[in-house]
Amino acid sequence: MSIALEVKNTVKIFPSDAGEIRAVDDVSFSVNAGEFVALVGPSGSGKTTMLSILAALLTPTSGQVLIDGVDLAQMSEAERVALRREKIGFTFQSNNLIPYLTARENVGLMLRLNGRFDRAGALRSEELLARLGLAERLNNLPAQMSGGQQQRVAIARALIHNPSVVLADEPTASLDTERAYQVVETFAALIHENNRAGIMVTHDLRMCQHVDRILQMRDGKLVAIYETREEILRLAKGE
Amino acid sequence: MNNFFLAAYLSWQEVWRNRGRFLLVSLVIGLITLLVLFIAALGEGLGNANRQYLDNLDADLLVYREKADFIIPASRVERSTARAIRRVEGVADAGGIATSSAAILLADGKTLKVSLLGVEPGRPGDPAVTQGHALAGDEAKEAVVDLNILQRSDVKVGDLITLRVTQGTKDQLYKLRVVGATDGQLYTFQPSIFVPYGTWDRVRTKSDAELNQPSSTVNVVAVRMAAGISQTELKQRLTNQVTGIEIADIPTAVANVPGFSAQQSTVQTQAVFTLLIGVLVIGGFFQIQILQKVPQIGVLKAIGADNFLVGAAAVLQIIITTVIGVALGGSLAFLFSLSFPPTVPIIFNGANSAIAIVALLLIGPVGGLVSIFYAVKIEPLKALRLS
Repeated sequence: MSIALEVKNTVKIFPSDAGEIRAVDDVSFSVNAGEFVALVGPSGSGKTTMLSILAALLTPTSGQVLIDGVDLAQMSEAERVALRREKIGFTFQSNNLIPYLTARENVGLMLRLNGRFDRAGALRSEELLARLGLAERLNNLPAQMSGGQQQRVAIARALIHNPSVVLADEPTASLDTERAYQVVETFAALIHENNRAGIMVTHDLRMCQHVDRILQMRDGKLVAIYETREEILRLAKGE
Repeated sequence: MNNFFLAAYLSWQEVWRNRGRFLLVSLVIGLITLLVLFIAALGEGLGNANRQYLDNLDADLLVYREKADFIIPASRVERSTARAIRRVEGVADAGGIATSSAAILLADGKTLKVSLLGVEPGRPGDPAVTQGHALAGDEAKEAVVDLNILQRSDVKVGDLITLRVTQGTKDQLYKLRVVGATDGQLYTFQPSIFVPYGTWDRVRTKSDAELNQPSSTVNVVAVRMAAGISQTELKQRLTNQVTGIEIADIPTAVANVPGFSAQQSTVQTQAVFTLLIGVLVIGGFFQIQILQKVPQIGVLKAIGADNFLVGAAAVLQIIITTVIGVALGGSLAFLFSLSFPPTVPIIFNGANSAIAIVALLLIGPVGGLVSIFYAVKIEPLKALRLS
C-alpha cells in the first residue's frame, strides 16, 4: 500500500499571554491509501489542530506534512486552496452542507469546484448518495434532512472527487449513538472501497471499532498507537 | 471562467431558494427606485415648469437691463433697444418679451392662473403654433395659448376667453380670441398665454401709477444670431454698440430664473439622500446576511473555494437582487406615471431616468462592499471553530 499522508516531526506553537502553547508537539505518523485512522484524545489534546494542519488550513510551525509526497508547508495560499479542492475531502462536526443546495447539488458542488461536473459526475453523485441510503433524499435541502442524513451527504461530498485524503472532524458529534455507528461504518466502508486515506478525529472512543488504527494524542503529543484488532476493539469498548 | 459560472450558480441558487427573503429586499430597493425616479421626475417637472418657455425660445441670447443680474422680472429694457439690437451686425432678429401674470375665467366659474407674455409677432419670443395660426398685429385682441391650457380647461382654438387682471386696485376683465395653440411653453410654473405687445400692455396687471400710461419697456430682448458668428463675438458687439445692457445665453438665463437653482439643488439633495439611504439599507441587509453565512462561507473555503469565488458570488447576489428591485421600481414608476394629470409637475425624462437607474444599480454593489470584503476575509478555521 502506498503512503497517502505523511506527518514528520510536526510542531504547531501558538503564542499566548501565558507564553507559548505547543498545540502539536513533534508528531509523526503516516496513513496509507485505503487505511482508516482515528485520531483520538481528550479536549485540548491537539487533535483538532492536527486535523487543521492536515487539511491545509493551518501551517505548522515546523516539520513536514506531505500529501501524495507534496509538502504542504512549502505551498503558497493559492496552492493550498487548490490542494484542499483536489486532494482533500472534508466533513465537519456541523454546518456541513450549503443550506440552499439540495443533497444532490451539495455533492455535485465538489465536482463543480474542480471543474469536473458533467452528466457522468452527476450520475456518480446520485449513485453515491443512493449507496449511503439517500436515494429518496436527492432533492431535499439540508433543512429537510436529519442530522445523520446530512452527515451522510457530507461524506458523499468528501468522497465524490476521489481525494487522496478524507478528513472527518467529529462526524458523529451531533448524532445519536445508533446513527453515529451507522455513519462511521459507512464512512469506513467507503474509505476502504475507494482506497482513500481516511482520518477521523473523535473524542468518542466507541466510534473507533471500524478503524484500522487509532492514534492517541495528549497535550499535543502522539502518546499511543493502537494497531491490532484486539487493541482497537478493547479501546472502543472502553476496557 | 469556471469560478465565475460557479459563483453565478451559487448566487442564483441562494436567491431562488430564499426567494421570499430576497424578494423583500428587492421590494425595498424597488420602493427606493420608485422614490428616486419620482424625485428625478419631479426635479425635471419642476425645472421644466420654470424654464420650458426659455428652453424652447427661438433665440440664442437674452438681453437684460444692465445690473439686472439676469433676473427677468427685475429687468426693464426699452423697446427701442430691441430695434437697436436688430441693427447690430450678426443679429438675425430680436424681439422684446414682456412678462406678467393673469387668470383665465373658465366656464365652470373657476380660474386658471397663467403667465401672460407680451411678444412681438413674428419675432424671437413669439412661439411657433401647433394649432390655428400665429399672432397678427401688435394691437390685435388675440392670443396664442399653451397646450396645457387646452388640456386643463374646455378652451379650444377659436374660443373667446376672458382674462382677469388687477389694474390699480380693481379687477378688470378682457376678452381675447384664442387664434392658436403652442406646445411646451410653461413659464414660472404656469402655462403661458401669448399676446401681442400692444395688447399685453393694455391688459397686464398695473399699479395705480401705471394706469392709463402706455409702457414702452419689455423685460428682456430675445436675440437670434445670424449664421457664422460666435456667441462670444456677438456678445462683445452688442455690449460695444448698445448701452445699458447685459447679455446671457439661454442656459445662464434659465439658471437665473428666480428659485430655479435653489429648487433644483433641493430636489437633487433629496435624490442623493434617498440614494444614500438605499446604500445603507442594502449594505445593512447584506452585512447581516453575510454574518449569518459565516459558517457556510467557512465550509466553502475549507473545501477549496477561493476568495474570487466567494467574492464573486456575493457581488452577483447583490447585483441580482438590485436588478430585480430596480426593474420592479422602474415598472411601478412607469405605471404610476401613466395616471398623472398634466397639472402634476412630474416628467420622466429619458436621460435623467437613465442616470437615476445607473445610480440605483450601483448602490447595490456599493452598499454591499463592506459585506463583500467581510466575506472574502472570513477564515475557515475561525468560521468552523477549528481554531
